[in-house]
Amino acid sequence: MRIPCPCCGPRDRREFTYYGASVFLDRPAPDAGLEAWDAYLHLRENPAGVTRDLWYHDPCQSWLEVERNTVTHEILSVCPVAEARA
Amino acid sequence: MSQSHRIPGKGLLIDRARPVRFSFDGRAYQGFSGDTLASALLASGTRLMGRSFKYHRPRGAMTAGSEEPSALVEIHEGAQQTPNVRATVQEIYEGLEARSQNHLGPLAFDLLAVNDWMAPFLSAGFYYKTFMWPRAFWEKLYEPAIRRAAGLGSLSGRHDEAVYEKAFAHCDLLVIGAGPAGLMAALIAARAGADVILADEEVRMGGRLLADQPEVGGQAGPDWAAGVVAELAALPNVRLMTRTTVTGAYDDGTFGALERVSLHRAPGEAPRECFWRIVAQRAILAAGALERPIAHPDNDRPGVMLASGVAGHLAKWGVNPGRVVIFSNNDGGLAAARSLTAQGVEIAAYVDPRPIPVTEDFPVYAGAEVVGTRGRMGLKEVAVRHKGGTSMIEARTLALAGGWNPTLHLTCHLNTRPQWDEKIAAFVPRPGAVPGLSVTGAARGRFSTAACLADGAAVVTEVLADLGLRAPDLPVPGAEDRPYGIAPLWAVDAGGRAWLDFANDVTTKDVKLAAQEGFRSVEHMKRYTTQGMAPDQGKSSNVAALAVLAEATGQGIPATGTTTYRPPFIPVSIAAMGAGGRAEGFAPRRLLTSDARSRAMGAPMIEAGLWYRPSYFPRQGEADWRAACDREVMQVREHVGVADVSTLGKIDVQGADAARFLDLVYTNTMSTLAPGKVRYGLMLREDGFVLDDGTCARLGPEHFLVTTTTAAAGLVMRHMDFVHQAFCGGWDVRMSSVTESWAQFCIAGPKAPALLAVLGINADLPFMGCAPVTVGGVRGRLFRISFSGEQGYEIAVPTRYGAALFDRLVEAAQGLEGCAYGMEALNVLRVEKGFITHAEIHGRVTADDVGLGKMVSGKKDCIGKAASLRPGLTEAGREQLVGLMPVNQGEVLSAGAHLYNERDPATREHNQGYVTSVAPSPTLGCWLGLGFLKDGRARHGQVIRLDDGLRGRKVLVEVCDPVFFDPEGGRMRG
Repeated sequence: MRIPCPCCGPRDRREFTYYGASVFLDRPAPDAGLEAWDAYLHLRENPAGVTRDLWYHDPCQSWLEVERNTVTHEILSVCPVAEARA
Repeated sequence: MSQSHRIPGKGLLIDRARPVRFSFDGRAYQGFSGDTLASALLASGTRLMGRSFKYHRPRGAMTAGSEEPSALVEIHEGAQQTPNVRATVQEIYEGLEARSQNHLGPLAFDLLAVNDWMAPFLSAGFYYKTFMWPRAFWEKLYEPAIRRAAGLGSLSGRHDEAVYEKAFAHCDLLVIGAGPAGLMAALIAARAGADVILADEEVRMGGRLLADQPEVGGQAGPDWAAGVVAELAALPNVRLMTRTTVTGAYDDGTFGALERVSLHRAPGEAPRECFWRIVAQRAILAAGALERPIAHPDNDRPGVMLASGVAGHLAKWGVNPGRVVIFSNNDGGLAAARSLTAQGVEIAAYVDPRPIPVTEDFPVYAGAEVVGTRGRMGLKEVAVRHKGGTSMIEARTLALAGGWNPTLHLTCHLNTRPQWDEKIAAFVPRPGAVPGLSVTGAARGRFSTAACLADGAAVVTEVLADLGLRAPDLPVPGAEDRPYGIAPLWAVDAGGRAWLDFANDVTTKDVKLAAQEGFRSVEHMKRYTTQGMAPDQGKSSNVAALAVLAEATGQGIPATGTTTYRPPFIPVSIAAMGAGGRAEGFAPRRLLTSDARSRAMGAPMIEAGLWYRPSYFPRQGEADWRAACDREVMQVREHVGVADVSTLGKIDVQGADAARFLDLVYTNTMSTLAPGKVRYGLMLREDGFVLDDGTCARLGPEHFLVTTTTAAAGLVMRHMDFVHQAFCGGWDVRMSSVTESWAQFCIAGPKAPALLAVLGINADLPFMGCAPVTVGGVRGRLFRISFSGEQGYEIAVPTRYGAALFDRLVEAAQGLEGCAYGMEALNVLRVEKGFITHAEIHGRVTADDVGLGKMVSGKKDCIGKAASLRPGLTEAGREQLVGLMPVNQGEVLSAGAHLYNERDPATREHNQGYVTSVAPSPTLGCWLGLGFLKDGRARHGQVIRLDDGLRGRKVLVEVCDPVFFDPEGGRMRG
């Protein structure tokens, strides 16, 4: 599997660390309450299809939001996390 | 052994001028350079090459290629012994030692052949219905017996020293298979200027042009192929790979391939195999097709072969099959009969169930079938049932031609199934199944030579257009264009066992039994009968077996479908896939700047992740690690010690918002830290558990240095990068790992200031202070922090000066009655002081669990703050950090042991906690332990039981404060 890093170009998957669904970018407010934090930390969709994940490119230390299809393995888009929730 | 079965003048691949001696089952043979083991044995008249998996029936080679199911042998090369090698693929070399597999006693007198007589009791799935009674027999009798009987070949049991390689390649176009279609495609693509890799499984390119030798463009097939190969070899944009099997198709145009680099030579310097990862913009599968046998009673004797195997052995290695009977259901088989006759082979009979005309140069039995064979150790007679009755025909070889299966496996590696083509009674690839992979030639059901050449040209033209290249005009050479008439015949209807899967001994009876017992889906039939699960993965049996199943269930072939195809296409040795990953190649070694000196001082080195750190520095006369460790601890506490602590993570954080950022990642407040000061800090994971601990030094108003534990250095860097990039958009802060930029050493003990003075450093720093220093003319940093509980400093210099500084520090320490100390002593010192490491911060403890609840500031948010307040992490009864001391001073404690109330049994329900770290303390004269105990902080003074079930150790321990020594910390603060 290769992921196109915006900084470095297409690189082998072994240069990346996977971190889970990109909903992790939506950090609740400190006082948002238990349910909001539980959902943020523990509840995830598990689609057979398009998903948005967080990947860290070790060589350039960029955190990326990768949109990909878990069935076809197609990579649809990649962007730095700073731009993902802009 | 003389070569009695060789036809003079035949054999494209052998060099009669270079004889080669080898042995099979201890017997000496001779063949020629270029022979495979199978061809050399056949040429010597030896047809018996092995015993079948379950019934131990005598077997020989069925094919002339890599799809061989029966002739599996062991190749013995000293320590390296490779089982299940296909005799049809293994090329002989001088001194090759090969042995047959799977028999008890000699190959010709296998004692386990009794299984064949017990066949009625050994049908498919028999092991699901047996070995259950009496229960006691399972462990002592049945299981050992089954383990001994299972499997085919054996290993040497010795370490394999052979070298394997891995390699990577990129190209515009990967052409898989160098038969007529593949050669045309590669030639056109190469002339168009594409970067081409052409890979073929065989020794010489040409595919079926070598075995059948049809004319191409007026030339003999092999000559035409050689001409194309010569042109390709001269082009700079072409890489030719022979003896290379493409084993799997993966995402994004990635392919795996196994190259047999030197298996055809005696072991030497060259790697045996190389596993390739090839990334291709586009790929063309031109892998041809594999012939099917026909299932009829006793179709598995040595001498029963595929027609393509007979033709291949004759054309490529000059093997004389003797008198041949051909059993065929298609025009290709008839063509083979004519071709063999033209080459001087005696065809005793051509048997075809179709009503074909009977005018040939050999006896034709139309509307007939083979219903049996005789000749247990080697075929003698074939029973043919025809309109006039049943005749016994003498023959040495029975050539089966049941039709052709396109070799489409790679197209199904991304989870698709092929589709059934009624016209050719075969499965063909589904277009688009693998993005970027096109299929051409026999691999998609074009079976005449002309069709393959034309299809190769047509497909590559489309692919080149995709690549933005123009195909040059290249006329397709003329060749035969025979129609492919076929009448499907999967199994002959006659009494007696008829084999489908020769490798796993699966018969038509087994498949019908599976259907009868309810295993009606093809995936169930496969597992229940084990059809298709042998090293050949059902290459010669999958389609026939599912056809038999389709008939038994009445569902028809398209509805039955195939099982899932998965890589690898052929067996791949783990050594090849893991090439380079053995011994030191398995993981990089991270060495300290003090490594060479430590080893020179005799320190055994231990692994801390990928780092190597000194365990202890033995002195003359010290009997073991304990003696050295006890001494090092006392030297630190009484004099001074130096240790290399460079492995701890160091992260440089700068910017106007650096302080604000650190307040977000740490539980405590770093923005209030004054420049020149150091503060101990805790970081949480967002789920409220402790991530890591370390120190944070403020080197300037906008400049901090964060340290982490050795184990979590990478993790914390990644975490800080995430918080920064995800939550701190627009902040003025930058961070970088500098772990490897600084060599850092700790100097600990009452004489630490004196040691620094020897090096010309003024040690006038308050406790938890930091300052720039110069040592030996080099600018470095000094920190006054302590992990030993003694007055301590850490001094950091750029890495390139580390080795020299370590030498100076050791010399200075020794001059003050001190020493270098290692990991064992470091651990004892910190346990004595109750300082935690990742043994305690194991991912399931909160700040409060380790007694640091007060470090979580109530005045600000931080990563993990919200979740750390959840009821589950704050309720009573949690396991809290405690110290443990043995009641009887001499007893040893174990890390990993569990804790119970004194009189409770050691069961899960009574578990009170566990021990995380232990150390033998010379300072306190006994072993010490740190661990987690339910409500631990309220139980100081209680006596509980430490129970190590693994070592059978039960010790009464007293619960106490984890800081065993100098609880006020006076020694550190000076």
